This record gives sequence, C-alpha cells and structure tokens, in this order.
Amino acid sequence: MTLRSDLIAEAVTIEPQHPWPRIDVDVETWDRAMLGIASGQADLAGLWSDGTDVHMALSEHGTGALLVLSLPVRDGRFPSVGLTHPPALRPERAIRDLWGIEPEGAPDGRRWLDHGRWGLRAPLGAATPHDDGPDAYRFLPSEGRPLHQIAVGPVHAGIIEPGHFRFTANGEIVVRLEERLGYVHKGLDRLMIGASLERATKLAARVSGDSTVAWSFAFARAVEAALGVAVPRRAVILRAVMAELERLANHLGDFGAICNDAAFAIMLAHCGVLREKVLRASKVAFGHRLMMDRIVPGGVAVDLHDSRPLLALLAEIRAVFPRLVTLYDEAASLQNRTVSTGILKPDLARRWAPGGPIGRASGRTFDCRKVPAYPPYDDVAFEVPSLAEGDVDARVRIRIAEIETSMHLIETFLGRLEPGPVLNDFDANRDHAPLALSESESPPSAREGVARTESFRGDVLVWVRIDDAGRIAAVYLRDPSVFQWPLLEAVIDGNIVADFPLCNKSFNCSYSGHDL
Amino acid sequence: MRRLLAEGLFRRPLTEPAPSADDAGLADLVARVDAAARVRLGRSLSIREVDAGSCNGCELEIHALGNAYYDLERFGFRFVASPRHADVLMVTGPVTKNMKEALERTWNATPEPKWVVAVGDCAFDGGCFAGSYAIAGGVSAVIPVDLHVRGCPPDPKALLSGLLTLIEAEDELAKG
Repeated sequence: MTLRSDLIAEAVTIEPQHPWPRIDVDVETWDRAMLGIASGQADLAGLWSDGTDVHMALSEHGTGALLVLSLPVRDGRFPSVGLTHPPALRPERAIRDLWGIEPEGAPDGRRWLDHGRWGLRAPLGAATPHDDGPDAYRFLPSEGRPLHQIAVGPVHAGIIEPGHFRFTANGEIVVRLEERLGYVHKGLDRLMIGASLERATKLAARVSGDSTVAWSFAFARAVEAALGVAVPRRAVILRAVMAELERLANHLGDFGAICNDAAFAIMLAHCGVLREKVLRASKVAFGHRLMMDRIVPGGVAVDLHDSRPLLALLAEIRAVFPRLVTLYDEAASLQNRTVSTGILKPDLARRWAPGGPIGRASGRTFDCRKVPAYPPYDDVAFEVPSLAEGDVDARVRIRIAEIETSMHLIETFLGRLEPGPVLNDFDANRDHAPLALSESESPPSAREGVARTESFRGDVLVWVRIDDAGRIAAVYLRDPSVFQWPLLEAVIDGNIVADFPLCNKSFNCSYSGHDL
Repeated sequence: MRRLLAEGLFRRPLTEPAPSADDAGLADLVARVDAAARVRLGRSLSIREVDAGSCNGCELEIHALGNAYYDLERFGFRFVASPRHADVLMVTGPVTKNMKEALERTWNATPEPKWVVAVGDCAFDGGCFAGSYAIAGGVSAVIPVDLHVRGCPPDPKALLSGLLTLIEAEDELAKG
C-alpha cells in the first residue's frame, strides 16, 4: 500500500476527475496527506483554492500518478500545510492574497502577490476595496555588524523579467537572499474564470512565453481529459515535435547565457546562432517562431507540410554543437566558475521536488515525459539524465544531455508521422440534449481534468473545471518555478555575490509563470 | 577553441541586411522627434529595456536582436543597464499595477531627450490581459509612447525596423 492508495481508501467521496481522481477528504485525511508529503512518501505537486475548497495535489514516487485532495474551506480557513511542509508556504500566501482564505497556523503572515496596489483585497474572493496605497514589505532580518544589504530590482540590468532580490552580504559572501515576487501578476485566474475555451486557450499560451508550447500542451490535455475528447494521432506527434523544438531552443539559449554570465561570450554567440536557427525552422514548419497558439484542445492548429527543414536543422546543430560541448569541457577558466558553485543539495531537492534540470542535477530522476508519461512519449525510448552534484556545472550538463535527447526525439517522431487529420473539432457545450432540471435538483456534475507536461523548465500542471456551457468554471496553472524559486535562495547561501548571475541563470525560473 | 575562432575569421558573416524602416510608424514619428535631439545624438541610441508585466515572449525576441543575424549594435543601438544612460525605453507587457510605479520611476530617471518604444500587443493596449484588476493598461496609460511595435511577440525584424524608424524620423527632420 502506498500513501496514495491509503488516502483514496479514506476518501469521503471520489470525484470524477480525469485521468486521476480527486477526493473529498476530512481534516484527518488532509493532515495525514500533509505528514506523508513532509516525511517524503510523496511529492507536493500543487496547492490552490477555488473559493469553496482547498485542493492539494500530490505526486506518487515511482509512478508519477497524481492525486488531488479537496478539503472544504470552513469559516474562511484551512489548516496550513506550510507549517509542516515549507514548500507550501508561498502557494498558501498566494491563496490568502487571491481568495482571502486564511491558512491557519501558517508561520508567514506577509502578503505575497498582493503588493497593496490592486485597489482590491482578495480579488477572487470578497474583492473588498483597498485604497490605502502600497503595502510596506518586511524582509527577514539578518543581524551582525559587518553585514550590508544589496537591493536589486524590480527593474533589472539585463533584458529580463522584473522581481526584487534582497541580498545580505558579509563582504563578498552572501549570507541571505530573499526574493520578493508578484510584480508581473496579471490576474490570470480571474481572467480565466468564465472565459470561453478559445479565450482560455489563448491565455494559457501566455502564462510564460518561453514555455508557451508546454503550457498549451498541458492546457489542451487537461481540457481533453475533462471533456473526453480524443486527439488525432498525427496531432499527438506534432505536439511533441513542437515541445522538443521549444526545449531545444531554450536549452541552447540557456547554455550560451550561463557561459556568458561567466564572461565567456563566444558560447553565447554560437548558441545564439543555433537558437535562432531553431526559431526560424519552427516558423517555417509551424508558422510562428515560438509556436504560440499552435496547440489547441482537440489537436493542433496547423499541420506540418514538410519535415525536411526540421531534419536539416538537426543536421546543422549536430555539426556544431558537439564542438561547443568540447569547448565547455576544455575551458578550465569557465569551469572554475561553474563547478562547485551554487550547490543544491539532493536532500533539499527531495523535499521541494523541483522539476526540470534543477531537480535532475540534484539527484532527482523525475521527468513527466517518462513517468507517468503521456502520448506520444509513452512508446518511445529515451534516457533521462540525472546527476548528484547539484552545482551550476551539473545543471549545464543536464541541459547538454537533454539537447541531444530532444534532437533524437524530434527525429523519431518525424519518422512516425502518418497522414491524417490534426484537429478534432469538438463542441464543449453539453446542452445539445436539453436538460430538464429544475432549480431544486442538483446541478449536473462539472467536468474536471488535470494534466502535466514537461516544459524545458520542468513539469507544468493544469487543473481545469468546465461548466456545461463549455466555459472555464475554475482553473489552476502551476509553473515549475513555484517550487524552484525558493531553492535559489538556498543555493546562493555562502557563495559570492558575483556568482549570483550564474546561479540565477542556471535556474532560469519564470517570473510570469510564478506571478500569474 | 582555436578552431572555432579561426573559422570565425574566414567564414562569411551571418548578419543580414537591414530591413526598411516602418513607413506608417515613420510618418507618425516625424512629427514628434525634436531636430535638436538628432544633432545631439547622431545615430547612436542607448536602450533600456523594461518588462512591465510581459509573459517573457517579447523579451526572447528582443534578446535575439543581439545575435549574429540581427546584430543590433551595427546600427549604433546598444542596450544599457541603467535608465540614466538611456535615450530609449523599450517597454513590454501590459503594465501591471504592481509594476506601474517602477515604470514611472524608470521613465523619470531617464534624461531628456528620450523616446519610448512600446513592444508587443500587450504593451499597445493590454492585449488579452486588458480589463484585469491587476492591469493598469497599455504602456501609454502610464507614460507617453512614441512608437508602437505590434505583434505577439513582434519578431526581431519588426523590432529592428521599428528602431530604425526612430533614426529615420530624425533624419527626415534634419533634412527638412
């Protein structure tokens, strides 16, 4: 028996959520799940609210199967998970800011996404007017005579997203880094609720522009699970081709950018050319450089007419990339900066369960293309690299290995393409057979789906509930960054300030995906 | 490394010819650009990029301007780390309420003469995020905008022709 099956046995009711169940639980089972996660029997995959319930997603070790537990909110409260399991702290602060629901016993009472500038408190809940201007933010204290603070952001020096970093340093050594995020909060949840599927699909593609394919992929899969929509085989394969092109472009960009942060500009120059080639080939193949809005519920919006430009792209990358890897291997001055810098210890990685290269560079093997796997990854052979060192170098090497895997996968998938339709044109409105329900009868059960796809950054999770008119009733969009950002604070500890760009770039967390 | 460097010496450059300036934007701008500024700045413009709430898609394409194909710096443009060194603010995103003050302060910190280029459909009018409780609006709802480059995201060529429009507009003024 696993924690997951034990919890299912204790459920009050099991809801028809696809493809994994959602269970309504009492406080006892909620606590049991929380303790199970905190003691390492399963990973926390998400924590959110829809106003009525608080939902906790846990991911089973080994199988990657999800289970969503739902606890009714009572008197505007729920028992804090963060009190026992710190990775839940920020998601709970977000729930409090957005819904006004209090995580009871939570050790951190500070607002997170709400900076006091919306003119509202609890915009998804009571939405009470707030006109008192911005809130002050109390950073965690660091005390000692030689300490000084460095405040960075929200407007950064490079061409990157906004956020605030507060460093406390002793000379060159960082003794504490605290992040303050929420600057790019766009109110995505509120925009999604009540939106048509078409509009929601467009919004989901803009959660984080660098992983637009992975987000559209996950959103489409969640909708298809909720509505029981079948996807044509050709579309399934084309989705994965796009997802791997996206991974390729991002990993190439990151490889160059990490080296550039150690002033090794030649790598950025070469990787920048390769990345540009991927984007141009993507435009030729799918009509958009970032392949935005190409994956939609039911299939894909554009067909691939000629796979030769993509095969030519792979040949071009293969002619250059191995030499760039050799260059990295032979540049002692570069490795002097990356090896043993910014170590994320495997123990911490186990507790926070970060996805993507960050987790896999620190002993984790989780890649949701492998487990639980989803089509078309479920019948193709590929390796998931994993290292234990946890430093910047390990995160670079995981990306290098994944670039090679992505090229192999693109080639394999293109070889399996067969002619056929690419879009199942379904109708999300269930009212074809008129419902003869009176007010007193219980409303028809909402249709719910949950899905995870592997972006270049890690697993993105989408949970969606669709009403009978085919509109979004509730939604949860969880970027991998949610469980990665806090770890950046841990890895910089004891490193010098000048190594922060390397640590940060090797993490490459999303601000937009986190802030929503 | 030596082999890579040697190849770089002998290979023809990847850099592509410049796109033409955006005509519609050009006419729009000529009216606004001060001739005196053209004399003072020549063709060299320093750009400070500000993400005021974007999804990061626009940033990816702005980044691409620096790669060997577009090589922005050959036109005299360069990205700078501080608004105090900038002539142009390149702003992306629907402006979130949480970023509004930071954007205003960045604009105030930029010395005159200065121009604002709003990049992307969101920066134009809030795009698909318009109407949210957390969004202040497009860039022009917060600071004056001189040029809009539309697109979701605009590709590097569109960005480049938008920037060239800035210079061309100054040239027109100098002639006339």
